[in-house]
Amino acid sequence: MLIFSVFKTLTDQQVVVELKNDLSITGTLKSVDQFLNIRLDNIKVLDEARHPHMMAVKNCFIRGSVVRYVQLPAEHVDTQLLEDATRRETTTQIKR
Amino acid sequence: MDPSSSGIQEPFDLIRLSLSERVYVKLRGDRELTGILHAYDGHMNLILSDVEETILLVDVDNPTPNPATINVAKRKMEMLFVRGDGVILVSPPSR
Repeated sequence: MLIFSVFKTLTDQQVVVELKNDLSITGTLKSVDQFLNIRLDNIKVLDEARHPHMMAVKNCFIRGSVVRYVQLPAEHVDTQLLEDATRRETTTQIKR
Repeated sequence: MDPSSSGIQEPFDLIRLSLSERVYVKLRGDRELTGILHAYDGHMNLILSDVEETILLVDVDNPTPNPATINVAKRKMEMLFVRGDGVILVSPPSR
């Protein structure tokens, strides 16, 4: 849930999604759900020469399970807030 | 030593104590990361900053007689979300 919240705060930011098949897609993060499925607008494939079939695609929905990494804009991530939230979430899980 | 006094009762506690520290992460597909850990969850989804990724590339078509040649590709990323299903292990800094 925590990571889901992080992605929600990053909507309308520019991200790079790297998939497990090595395809890297950059675009504007439009929405995210609990499975970390991702909707991107104005997408661009980083290595277009290797993936020419993606050139016509302007926006896409990415199934969360095929994502390897998402590169986030560091200036929009409050690392101190993340660490506190992680500690809070993990300790409440133990008490449960 | 009583394990409860150190705050380590379950495996995830080792990761919790590594928050805001540089960790080593081994991933599927011969990938390794080092970075500062800022967040994680029960799936081992991670958020790291100041990340260096190392990819080990074993060149099968290598014409040289030495078959053990391994190429290493490195790259750096400022802030990275890592999906938990690719994580093999997370190791705290060696101190």
